[in-house]
Amino acid sequence: MYKVIAVPVDLAHADRLPKALETAARLAKAYDATLYYVGATTETPSSVAHTPEEFRGKLERFAAERGAALGIEARAKPLVSLDPAVDLDRDLLKAFGEIDADLVVMASHVPGIRDHLISSNAGWIASHAKISVFVVR
Amino acid sequence: MSEAVQPDYTVDSTDYEVGQDNVQVLGLDIHNPVFMISAVTIVGFVIFALMFQEGTAAFFGWLRPWLTSTFDWVFMSSANIFVLFCLFLVVSPWGRIRLGGADATPDYSYAGWFAMLFAAGMGIGLMFFGVLEPVYHFQNPPLGVNPEDVEAARAMGMAATIFHWGLHPWAIYAVVALSLAFFTFNNGLPLTIRSAFYPLLGDRVWGWPGHIIDTLAVFATLFGLATSLGFGAEQASAGLEYLFGIPATDVTKVVLIVAITAVALISVVAGLEAGVKRLSEINMVLALALLLFVIIAGPTLAVLTGFFTNAGHYFVNVLSLSNFVNRQDFDFMHGWTTFYWAWWISWSPFVGMFIARVSRGRTVREFIVCVLIIPTLVSILWMTAFGGTAIEQIVADDYQGVAETVAAYVPELSLFKMLEVLPLTMVSSFLGIILVIVFFVTSSDSGSLVIDTITAGGKTDAPVVQRVFWATFEGLVAITLLLGGGLASLQAAAIATGFPFAVVLVVMCWCTFKGLRADPQMAR
Repeated sequence: MYKVIAVPVDLAHADRLPKALETAARLAKAYDATLYYVGATTETPSSVAHTPEEFRGKLERFAAERGAALGIEARAKPLVSLDPAVDLDRDLLKAFGEIDADLVVMASHVPGIRDHLISSNAGWIASHAKISVFVVR
Repeated sequence: MSEAVQPDYTVDSTDYEVGQDNVQVLGLDIHNPVFMISAVTIVGFVIFALMFQEGTAAFFGWLRPWLTSTFDWVFMSSANIFVLFCLFLVVSPWGRIRLGGADATPDYSYAGWFAMLFAAGMGIGLMFFGVLEPVYHFQNPPLGVNPEDVEAARAMGMAATIFHWGLHPWAIYAVVALSLAFFTFNNGLPLTIRSAFYPLLGDRVWGWPGHIIDTLAVFATLFGLATSLGFGAEQASAGLEYLFGIPATDVTKVVLIVAITAVALISVVAGLEAGVKRLSEINMVLALALLLFVIIAGPTLAVLTGFFTNAGHYFVNVLSLSNFVNRQDFDFMHGWTTFYWAWWISWSPFVGMFIARVSRGRTVREFIVCVLIIPTLVSILWMTAFGGTAIEQIVADDYQGVAETVAAYVPELSLFKMLEVLPLTMVSSFLGIILVIVFFVTSSDSGSLVIDTITAGGKTDAPVVQRVFWATFEGLVAITLLLGGGLASLQAAAIATGFPFAVVLVVMCWCTFKGLRADPQMAR
């Protein structure tokens, strides 16, 4: 039913979203789908990486490790957001389109980036995405 | 340049992680202690200055002439160093280093990039001084030119104005912007001013020396911005009084600052792409419309030929104008040049950081040509159109409208008096007021982005509420200084914060050079 599943991940807080990652992994296994870890970074150095290239490498390693551990096909989809404090939702949506995802699994908030603001990333994505969205609470 | 210089430092020599000194409280993500020191001092300053308005005015009234006359040589020699440094980099082999690494590509088109750096860099000043300054220098020419000699005075008036809006200010910005872009994108250091000093201070920049540099940058930005916001409020309210008879009282100005800050808040919450960039582009279109209108409705031919003759006058006189030894024209040198240099320097952390953030993917050479040469040409055209037209009105038509605003020194009215004798006065003056307001907003929103980034330890993804805090306080500082002594206090505050930064910037040039020499792109 699903061929490409996307799961947004914040490498700075990867430990804080095990439920979403776990759900995405099980779904990917059940449907024999490709799982994409979608990570957002800035052009300017961040706590995770000094450059977008370094970020890509870290995300690819993360995907490879998870994929091997879970026995699924896992890939990395890094995206560069020019102003993530504002544009993250829109940038995520664009990334889902670029990998032709047909299901998104995400925690109601991607912790660390905007979890203290009123709006919830998943809420916005769910109402704007044309594909299925699985919100993990 | 394959005989690679052995770098004294490398990117890997620091373990510093962006945001490692940050604290997360109340949903904020802020640098400790830069945010606290800056915020507490600013809040304290606003309260103190409002309580003791007369004392504030007296203090700043004394401070400005003291600084500009005692330290004129500091401002003037450092600005000259910046111009030479930039010109040197354009022709040097380091010009081919690409910001963000050899494979980086620019994120913004030339048009969008240029709109943002110009709107942030000069903004309201062009509206405020574009008409007044050429006329003022025409009537009181520097370097001992006789004001009775109309043609010589006209040439010197234009040259002196362009001097203040040409290579020197943009070199000041370029130095800061290049240095920040380089250390951030090529060396992976956080996007704050302190990172530029890594080659000099090593890991000590993450400690107190760095805290002091960043805090100074926050103050310089806040006061520099507040000066421009003050100019904007004065001019917009003068325009409203002139056009619609709304009295230009303190109340009007405060209401204007509050309303415009509110628009800036919307822009800053909408983000870099949907808010700041879009507004900058609207801003450029409006500015271009007004510029074309003045050229077409005014003495078209005189402006078009004037562009080349004025550029010539500028290049002939720029050396003697930048010299600060054995000068007699102290009114010009202290009252204008030194003030401008201090003002541009106080703006440089803000404009520099903003330009840096949107400049990834350009080469050093491309960067300097675009930040130094092209804006200078635009300034020459702008000053020729606005100031040249006003001088022509005096010389050819004996129209004294602008001259009266100069004699009475009400610069906020000069633009409207110049437009008065052109056709469609209502439309063009209204466009002028709108432009002042949009320039105001574009300065305020990009300024808040910058201060937020510095006080978040270089994080560009800190919560939006922090931008809201800084945008609000920029407005408050502008109101406070306007009430406590008006523009004189604003200007003095900008100069006072610009002074320590002049020294900081000279050191920054040296650090940038050291960094460029060690860049791996030079070894290939």
